[in-house]
Amino acid sequence: MQIIKDREIVEDNWLHLDDEAALIAGNFTVSLARWQAEHETISKHESGLGLRLNGEDPLEEIVPDLASFSLIVLNFPAFTDGRCYSFARLLRDRYGYKGEIRAQGDILHDQLFYMTQCGINSFEMANQQRIADALPAFDDFSESYQTTVPKPDPLYRRR
Amino acid sequence: MYQYDNYDQAMVDQRVAQYRDQTRRYLAGELTEEQFRPLRLMNGLYVQIHAPMLRVAVPYGLMSSKQVRKMADVSRRYDKGYIHFTTRTNFQLNWPALETVPDILAELASVQMHAIQSSGNCIRNTTSDQLAGVHAGEIEDPRPWCEIIRQWSTFHPEFAYLPRKFKIAVIGSEEDRAATQLHDIGLHLVKNHEGEVGFEVLVGGGLGRTPIVGQQIRPFLEKKDLLSYLEAILRVYNRLGRRDNKYKARIKITVREHGINHIRELVEAEWVQIREQLELDGKEIDRVKSHFIEPDYDATAAADDSFDKVLAEDDTFARWVKQNVIDHKVAGYKVAYISLKAPGVPPGDITSDQLDLVADLADEFSLGEIRASHNQNLLLSDVKQADLYALWLRLQAEGLATANINTLNDMICCPGLDFCGLANATSIPLAKEINERFDDLDYLYDLGDIKIKMSGCMNGCAHQSVGHIGILGVDKKGEEWYQFTVGGSSEADAEIGQRLGRAIPKDQVVETVVTLIDVFKELRHEDELFLATVRRVGVDPFKERVYADN
Repeated sequence: MQIIKDREIVEDNWLHLDDEAALIAGNFTVSLARWQAEHETISKHESGLGLRLNGEDPLEEIVPDLASFSLIVLNFPAFTDGRCYSFARLLRDRYGYKGEIRAQGDILHDQLFYMTQCGINSFEMANQQRIADALPAFDDFSESYQTTVPKPDPLYRRR
Repeated sequence: MYQYDNYDQAMVDQRVAQYRDQTRRYLAGELTEEQFRPLRLMNGLYVQIHAPMLRVAVPYGLMSSKQVRKMADVSRRYDKGYIHFTTRTNFQLNWPALETVPDILAELASVQMHAIQSSGNCIRNTTSDQLAGVHAGEIEDPRPWCEIIRQWSTFHPEFAYLPRKFKIAVIGSEEDRAATQLHDIGLHLVKNHEGEVGFEVLVGGGLGRTPIVGQQIRPFLEKKDLLSYLEAILRVYNRLGRRDNKYKARIKITVREHGINHIRELVEAEWVQIREQLELDGKEIDRVKSHFIEPDYDATAAADDSFDKVLAEDDTFARWVKQNVIDHKVAGYKVAYISLKAPGVPPGDITSDQLDLVADLADEFSLGEIRASHNQNLLLSDVKQADLYALWLRLQAEGLATANINTLNDMICCPGLDFCGLANATSIPLAKEINERFDDLDYLYDLGDIKIKMSGCMNGCAHQSVGHIGILGVDKKGEEWYQFTVGGSSEADAEIGQRLGRAIPKDQVVETVVTLIDVFKELRHEDELFLATVRRVGVDPFKERVYADN
């Protein structure tokens, strides 16, 4: 599968493991439930490790574990469910997470600009065929009024 | 008023380009109806019974004559020659073609207007007091704060997909003309014991099917902390608000389910973390305030004696002045309401030609600005008293001098079943019937202020639950019935009205209003207002009479 990462189309080198699936040698992600149940085994894994989060998950509880993950996947079950925008902001601004934050689920290119402003830097697009069409959407707007992850100073301090 | 700089202009221009592309993708079949829906909604475009409806933001109700001329032009070229003002001081085009909406938005952007976030589950247009800046009792002009909030909320990346829509209103005086207690967040500019001005913050008010009066979350917030506090409330709501049931998704339900104390704890804990990052500096506050400095009022305006003379000579003019004109904080100036509740006209509607006239009159008589009110009327806020007669003559010639502000006929009414896809019942034709039934102006004036609010469905766009008399259309097995409430208010004494009793069939709605008024007249003490009488005697005397025959 192809994804958009840091504004480029790249091959995805991650596998999202079901809770029952056996651990594999390469990069993989697990659900929060699996991480909580098996973190001692999983954290011995040598390749990249990722965590999948949903909007209802208790974000604050996994903060001590963040250093274990090089990828956090935020799930958007419907693009109208905006909870994970706040997750991304908190992961970047408050908890200093520097790894990859990926949006997964119902992702259209109309959300890419806002998601980027919130600190999400990779995207599993719902429509694989038209993935290249999405790239211009990163430049829909040249400025934001707010504090954002790419530009932490709000516009009113810069104008 | 606020003037866009290059940043502001680029933002609305880029929005038009973005929406043009989204419309193109939809028409080309690249976006499904379901995918396009939230995108068009965030640009104010609904699809209604007959046609799409485009809602355009009028931030805090303030318009320049240039903008009003553009509204006339757009409504003439792209619609049927009229527009409709809403209770949140937006205006609506009822018949635009979907494929022309990007062009309409481009026209509006050329005069610094937009339809951004005028619908959808995001932060909506910020509203305020229509008398901001011209009212004598004001603590501070709320408009600069509205503009600061407008900019902060526009394209806020974190809060574009909230559980439900989110509305903020700001006022700067003790009277509440903006229904702030019925907003998701209500902000009141207040003075603390040290004499500093800041904000009292209310949260969790709302109307619709579960009307709730907002509660105080913070008694005093320093001005520099405004944006961080708003952001904290929104972040808590974005994470906590229910997404399983859209009727339970507004923050009023979040506050009710978790309790104001728990919500306050969460908000304050979030706030301390972001307070510094989002602190407003004096430079930015001054920059925005510089757009709202007091105009150079003519010190000689009060010396005029022609106004009193013509008042004594022309009864019709005097009646209009008594009902539609109020004092300005500067002697010799007046604030003139232009009623959009003329008999036979749907409440809040105005034609393109009338808009052009209003723009001309604003240029000639009122510093080139026009305001819209929560009650769906317009105002010219800075008219010299010596000019009022000339103004009135011109308004009268175009059917804009109806002297009924705050009377029973100054109704708030939603479009209802005639236009709206959500409605269960008609509202505009009933408003017209009520208007015709109470056509004696002297009788109306004698009744004093009475706010009738009528909605065609539970969504309550006309705020019926806070009407002195509220009328709510409901569907009963395919027939239109109407549920009455009495004693509600959206002002400083905000309260949800009490149910009168079982619903009333359509053909008895006007008679029921007449009965309520008759009971009021009998029980009223001298010049007591309707709301005061209801609150004194309770709902029972009204109930007994209305249902006496059954």
